[in-house]
Amino acid sequence: MSENAGYAEREHTADWSLHVWAPDLAGLLEQAAKGMADLSGITAKEGGRVKRSIKVESTDAEGLLVNFLTELLHFVDQEGLVFDTFHLTVSETVLQASMQGSPVAERKKEIKAVTYHNLKVEKKSKGLEAEIVFDV
Amino acid sequence: MVTLSDLKKISDVEWEIPSTYRSDMRVPVAIFATRELLEAIAGDKSLDQAVNATTLPGLVGRVVVMPDMHQGYGFPIGGVAATQYPDGVISPGAIGYDINCGVRLLASQIELDKVSAKLDDLAISLNKHCPSGVGVGGHYRLNERELDQVMREGAQWALKKGFASESDLGRTEEFGRIPGADPARVSQRAKQRGSNQIGTLGAGNHFIEVEVVDKVFDQEAADVMGLREGCLTLMIHCGSRGFGHQICTDYVRDFQSTIQRYKIELPDRELVCAPMDSAEGKAYLGAMNAAANFAFANRQLLAYHARQAFEESLAGRVKNWRLHQVYDIAHNMGKVENHTVDGKTVKVCVHRKGATRAFGPGTPGLASEFQKTGQPVLVPGSMGTASWVLVGTEGSMARSFGSTCHGAGRTMSRSKAKKTVRGSELRAELEARGIHVQAGSLPGLAEEAPQAYKDVDEVVETVSRAGIARKVARLRPVAVVKG
Repeated sequence: MSENAGYAEREHTADWSLHVWAPDLAGLLEQAAKGMADLSGITAKEGGRVKRSIKVESTDAEGLLVNFLTELLHFVDQEGLVFDTFHLTVSETVLQASMQGSPVAERKKEIKAVTYHNLKVEKKSKGLEAEIVFDV
Repeated sequence: MVTLSDLKKISDVEWEIPSTYRSDMRVPVAIFATRELLEAIAGDKSLDQAVNATTLPGLVGRVVVMPDMHQGYGFPIGGVAATQYPDGVISPGAIGYDINCGVRLLASQIELDKVSAKLDDLAISLNKHCPSGVGVGGHYRLNERELDQVMREGAQWALKKGFASESDLGRTEEFGRIPGADPARVSQRAKQRGSNQIGTLGAGNHFIEVEVVDKVFDQEAADVMGLREGCLTLMIHCGSRGFGHQICTDYVRDFQSTIQRYKIELPDRELVCAPMDSAEGKAYLGAMNAAANFAFANRQLLAYHARQAFEESLAGRVKNWRLHQVYDIAHNMGKVENHTVDGKTVKVCVHRKGATRAFGPGTPGLASEFQKTGQPVLVPGSMGTASWVLVGTEGSMARSFGSTCHGAGRTMSRSKAKKTVRGSELRAELEARGIHVQAGSLPGLAEEAPQAYKDVDEVVETVSRAGIARKVARLRPVAVVKG
């Protein structure tokens, strides 16, 4: 994890909260994806690399973030896949994602959903920052 | 942030945040809590979330929060909000992702002291028969036609399939089927997630517990429910699994633009909503009811498998190993009901998120056997602590839209609980107290440690003192199965 991009868990009484930061939106989305997999306690099987490409649309950065993470939850749930390498191209309302990953070996925790609760992608001291609350 | 000095004291167990607290509030917030519980509640952002909830268009009366309230996302857990039907709004986030998460209680005539030596076998058997854990599928894979039937018919589908009895359905909220489910309003993705999750417990705070009736407080109501002191019961806590989560996700996403279309301004995007008489609102109602029916069928299948486990472990060892249903109740739902507000009967959509329906005696729609006692309310405690059976009252009808508390309510984050408590030590401690544990994950067990929750007895005492529920019986756990 580079110094100017990363993620950290924040205290939340019942659910999970993840603080993410990066110089730009593509970086922020990547950190959020990695942080979410980390929170779920996902480990990947060795070998059997897979590639997937998806297109995500929304009206704003927060919507792109929620919709992208929701797509990744779907990959875990339905295909048993987790991604660790991302090539993300973001315009204002469209995300093109090419991803590489592996089958899930173990998932310790289930994330039910990615919420919009107080979600704001904002320019702050660490570049772009956001705090995402997950329903668990 | 709301502080205790912003609250107006109504009584020792009731407080109010006046609608003058913030300019965008449409109604006040009523808080049922003792001073001590209120201090615990004020430790997180749940009161601010309750204030945010008062901005939903079409609210009537007041937003009500329960003593087990805690911070959620958007709408607080332990919150109740009623919006005028049909022109008020419905908000998926004010119902929750786990639509019709709820509790089912079965009871027996099995005396604990006759089966103490068999409890370990029983816990193992329950764990074997009732699929649980992260990503674990069930014994059934529904095809599209069967899933449509589940969505429309709920637990009544299970009756046709031989997984339920008429008596089970008679003792289920809405008799196990909410009308108005519309499978056409459910996404393919939700259907995909739901197809192999029916009859599964999941993980997180969901559980199956064998409990003993520790003390009866209302003999007449306990007799109606078939609860006998010293006898075993079985409690199931779970909901609509990934099927419901996906439906809520879909509609929270879609309603982001819906609120702009209807010019609705909200302080938190997780509260997005749509007027119930709009095409968008009707679509969500149809999908939500489909998820509610899925959850009723899900708990019914789990009950069927739990009965198999009881038969396997106890048949031939005790005279009567059978389990009869006490009740099955939702605590994450939006329901269209009639309530009296300012002396007038109004039709409203009652959003209950982490709050239980608690209809008082004589309420239309209750099964005839509960017309005199009031509707059974099931309140699970935290792991290793008591659970409660209550009944709804005239007070709950008058003051909380026929609602009461739903559990103990968290006070400690999951990460802090894991740092404070070791799963292996917790299991040893529970077993030393005679509670048999089958857990899929030790860290998962630690997250649900009783230290992370309020005292359920205090929560129940509060709703009892406030008159929004009446105690019937306290249950004590003897075996726990967790994913």
